[in-house]
Amino acid sequence: MDIKSVPQDDSSTYANNKKAIYAKDENGEVKVVGSSGWEAEETVTKQALEDLEDSAKEAYCEVKKGLKSPLYYHMFAVRMDLQVLADSTGFFKWTIKRDFDPKRYENINENRLAVYAEAMGRTIEELKKLEELDYECK
Amino acid sequence: MSVNSFEHRHSAHCESGVMSSMLRHYGLDISEPMVFGLSSALTFAYLPFIKMGGMPLVAYRSMPKSIIKNIQKNLNVKMKLETFSKKEKGQARLDELLEEGKIVGAQTSVYWLPYFPDEMRFHFNAHNLLVYGKEGDNYHVSDPVFENPVVCDQASLSKARFVKGALAPKGLLYYPTDVPKEIDLKPIIKKSIKKTAKSMLGTPVPIAGLKGMKYLAKSISKLKSKDKRYAKLYLGHIVRMQEEIGTGGAGFRYLYASFLQEASTIYDNDQTLKEAADMFLEVGDNFRDFALMIAKSIKSKEPIDYKKISEKLTSIADQETKVYEKLLEFTGK
Repeated sequence: MDIKSVPQDDSSTYANNKKAIYAKDENGEVKVVGSSGWEAEETVTKQALEDLEDSAKEAYCEVKKGLKSPLYYHMFAVRMDLQVLADSTGFFKWTIKRDFDPKRYENINENRLAVYAEAMGRTIEELKKLEELDYECK
Repeated sequence: MSVNSFEHRHSAHCESGVMSSMLRHYGLDISEPMVFGLSSALTFAYLPFIKMGGMPLVAYRSMPKSIIKNIQKNLNVKMKLETFSKKEKGQARLDELLEEGKIVGAQTSVYWLPYFPDEMRFHFNAHNLLVYGKEGDNYHVSDPVFENPVVCDQASLSKARFVKGALAPKGLLYYPTDVPKEIDLKPIIKKSIKKTAKSMLGTPVPIAGLKGMKYLAKSISKLKSKDKRYAKLYLGHIVRMQEEIGTGGAGFRYLYASFLQEASTIYDNDQTLKEAADMFLEVGDNFRDFALMIAKSIKSKEPIDYKKISEKLTSIADQETKVYEKLLEFTGK
């Protein structure tokens, strides 16, 4: 790719940052140039983000309906899934699933909650509750 | 309070960027492409049985730490790598090294670094950056994939260094203890090119190297029988693994082309290396076309032409085969 063709698409996903791309200058020498974004990359990053947001919204509604505990929503809200949450807490998946049960979650022990809080970067108080989202559940 | 003098450089890949900047700081002027090439970091693997967020692992990069380790071995640089069982110890050690005037490499998660744009914060634990100073509660960080140096608060950096899970950094810090001032690069260039070419061409398992790329192409052609939402996510995932932060299909081909140009200069303008560099630039362009083709089909309402996308990737693998064959003409088989 020529330096002239390095995309400068000002992608929102770059948030005014630049990415280093190696490209060919007029003498055929490959050098570093900053790229302000590329539409193709922005499309796939946004696609992944939307998928994560959709999961969080679906989880939010299930918690609202009393089908799942707030922990279930918070997991998706911090862009995790069951695998990542299990990896970052060291808990077995089946024990985490148990904590998705709203009834059981009410009596969860504080030490266990503290491990979740550390892994997810939220306070214990935040994890106990469901924040109000501006989102209409079906 | 200690901020050590240090020159930040913008790089295409985090680990090669850190190693290049670090070695330059300690007296060995070596470019990012040279580090990338000499550590045989260009690779490919498609591991359908390992899932990440429900998607198969498509790796366009070598294993984390492999650049550090290969540079250590090939350039005879002595490195010290330290990991920690406790966060407090890991933080105290970093401060101590900075006080001594060192600049220090660190492995971190991307998600907990506050200077990353929110849209780029995913749970990926094998990011690399350099810390070169501390003022109050803030670290001065040279993150190679950012254009300028950044600042990161102590709590966030510690959190990012001590996440648990896949590829957990365990607070990894690294820095050289002995850097040779002059190195005869010629034999190392030849050896590492040969290693890259042979492993891309000849891996016995069908999931790695160019065979792996063709296997991935085959899996794309099978997507037409799958749920369309999943198929689109799968295609998007391939492109993300290829083009997003620090991992690269096209990006790595351009980087490797730059390495081959530099190698050619060292070998008195060797023509074979020069031609191979141009061929890699073309392969890179084709990777970008492939990414664009996928991005368009994700956005479009029309049915996706999986066969066309699959054939594009197969043709890239064939094109790249020729480049490695050319490189073997240079290195000898």
